[in-house]
Amino acid sequence: MTTIVYEDQEGQAGGNGEDIPVRRIKFTVNGEKKIAEVEPRLLLAHLIRRGLGLTGTHMGCDTTNCGACTVLVDGRPVKSCTMLAVQVDGREISTVEGMATASELHPLQEGFKEEHGLQCGFCTPGMMMAAKALLDENPDPTEEDVRWALSGNLCRCTGYQNIVKSVLWAAAKLRSESGS
Amino acid sequence: MSQALDEIKIGGLGVSRKRVEDNRFIRGKGNYTDDITLPGMLHMEILRSPLAHARIKSIDASKAWDIPGVHLVLTGEMMATRNLAWMPTLSYDTQAVLATQERMVQTAADDLGMDQAEFRRMNFVQDDQFPHRTPFGFLTDSGQYGKCLEVGLKAVGYEDFRRQQKASRARGRLLGLGISTMTEPLGAGNSREYDILGIKMFDSAELKVHMTGKAIVRTGARTQGQGHETTLAQIVAHELGIPAEDIVVEEGDTDTAPFGMGTYASRSTPVAGAAVAMVSRKIRAKARKLAAHLLEVSEEDIEWELGRFYIRSAPDRGVTIQECAMAAYSNMPDGMEPGLENTAYYDPPNLTWPFAVYIVTVEVDPETGVWDVLNMVAVDDCGVRINPMIVEGQIMGGLTEAYAMSNMQFITFDADGNCIGSNYMDYLLPTAWETPGFELHSEVVTPCPHHPIGAKGIGECAAVGGPAAFVNAVIDALSGMGVRNIDMPLLPDRVWEAITYRRDVSGAPPVRSDD
Repeated sequence: MTTIVYEDQEGQAGGNGEDIPVRRIKFTVNGEKKIAEVEPRLLLAHLIRRGLGLTGTHMGCDTTNCGACTVLVDGRPVKSCTMLAVQVDGREISTVEGMATASELHPLQEGFKEEHGLQCGFCTPGMMMAAKALLDENPDPTEEDVRWALSGNLCRCTGYQNIVKSVLWAAAKLRSESGS
Repeated sequence: MSQALDEIKIGGLGVSRKRVEDNRFIRGKGNYTDDITLPGMLHMEILRSPLAHARIKSIDASKAWDIPGVHLVLTGEMMATRNLAWMPTLSYDTQAVLATQERMVQTAADDLGMDQAEFRRMNFVQDDQFPHRTPFGFLTDSGQYGKCLEVGLKAVGYEDFRRQQKASRARGRLLGLGISTMTEPLGAGNSREYDILGIKMFDSAELKVHMTGKAIVRTGARTQGQGHETTLAQIVAHELGIPAEDIVVEEGDTDTAPFGMGTYASRSTPVAGAAVAMVSRKIRAKARKLAAHLLEVSEEDIEWELGRFYIRSAPDRGVTIQECAMAAYSNMPDGMEPGLENTAYYDPPNLTWPFAVYIVTVEVDPETGVWDVLNMVAVDDCGVRINPMIVEGQIMGGLTEAYAMSNMQFITFDADGNCIGSNYMDYLLPTAWETPGFELHSEVVTPCPHHPIGAKGIGECAAVGGPAAFVNAVIDALSGMGVRNIDMPLLPDRVWEAITYRRDVSGAPPVRSDD
């Protein structure tokens, strides 16, 4: 169990003055248990990116439109720029960094590479997390299912066609691995 | 001897090689400016209220102003007095030009009572007229405009669609077909005519072949997702026969990169890509001398095939490019400077001129003004394609931008000049749900006559040429209703207005207000 003390807005305006309350939360990130001291105003996305240093979770709009910051909280996709860090107390978070093992990529990661599902890569982690939530629930989605599941995530490069193919590729791979 | 290499084996030209850079991005290891805060770097932080959902009564920013290094503190109060404007996500002057031009072409054909396809066909520059000087002075280099159109018409089933359109119309259904064709000058400079603040527009590449035969190439361009780490290695592979996987592409560090003008306006392949080919040829010229030395013949007796020099009269006797690389550091002829590296600055003799035909079919709902894309066919001739997979990715992305512009994107300001389209709820980007499928065609290939590997720019084409195809299709669906034009974006209420009142709808969309 690691304890991190999140120093919000380090060295800037506001700082964590003594008048701002701090809350202690316990949670799991990619299987690792963590304890953090956070201000109640802290966004989950900032805890992940700055507190935990997991910069694979991107922030594209700050207004819950783009989906680049999507992570899984207890297996459900959440736009982490709209959730407060204190809300994950006692819960499990998965980010893109937890998808691959040292030696093996997750089928979704392979799928995005195989089907050219990314260009600049900014939306990719959010896309993959949203897709993972879909495939966990529905291992054999139609193209329409995939498009609907990803409709909260914006991409400016690909036009989505290859992203959809990537997810379908991963679904097929996962099904063949589980022998169904 | 039968070990001859080919482009597929080495990941050279025309191979849809999987992207090298993806290994980083799919693991969340890509680096973006938001991930980096260097000491002393000017950056912005947003500070929120310490209490969620609390109403802010006042902000005392005086302490913030006192912190050393703080340049500006902005509060909501101050923002209201500053006139901030927002740009569209993709804005480029040629888009407006092309959209207007292609609307004019359709309108002219309609007014003349001519078939859209036939009117374009008879006005095209013919294949044998290239190079063709346009009235504005540009020299378009090459193209097969008519052939591209034929491929597109066949793919969309032009004659059948026209029959279907007529039959549907009789039953009250509004089908339409829109064509847009485009070329544009891509790959600035040359240095005689193009500069930025006096710095001439060329680009550069530096190539170092190590004694192992592996190589590193650096350019003055910088990939932002276009796939340079993959495609520039393919150019070196094609020129030298070194497998692409043995070539590292390094960009973006201005301390180590040769000077260049960077990546924008579809210029990386036309200019930096050309520099990569040219520096590879310099390396090959030196390797030829090394090969002659190793084979103990004169240089004139040496022939080149992919990855290997051999003696013309005895093709079995040869040396690989890797053997030449080793010799450059271990066994060079007397008087030759050791090493196998070089730099090339490429000053393009002309711009490159890709051509594209985009054809869209739509159905418009007369009751609501909502329109759906039935089919979208894109025929792009961008010369030789280095990595077809990446080229198609660029085209699909551009078509999506075109769809967005024609359909949903505009910026609104209220009467006081406040932008009220400042987030993605008001300024729309299409999602996976709305974005139509695209049918891409790559049959027509007109190599660029002056580019070392015959490639042309492609990144912008679909976003530039695409919008008018959607608009033309909707206007075509309304033919006979007295509607000659609806200005972009074709929001349902604007299309509905055109249908209901049988009139053109022009100007900016109305300002929304809460009143």
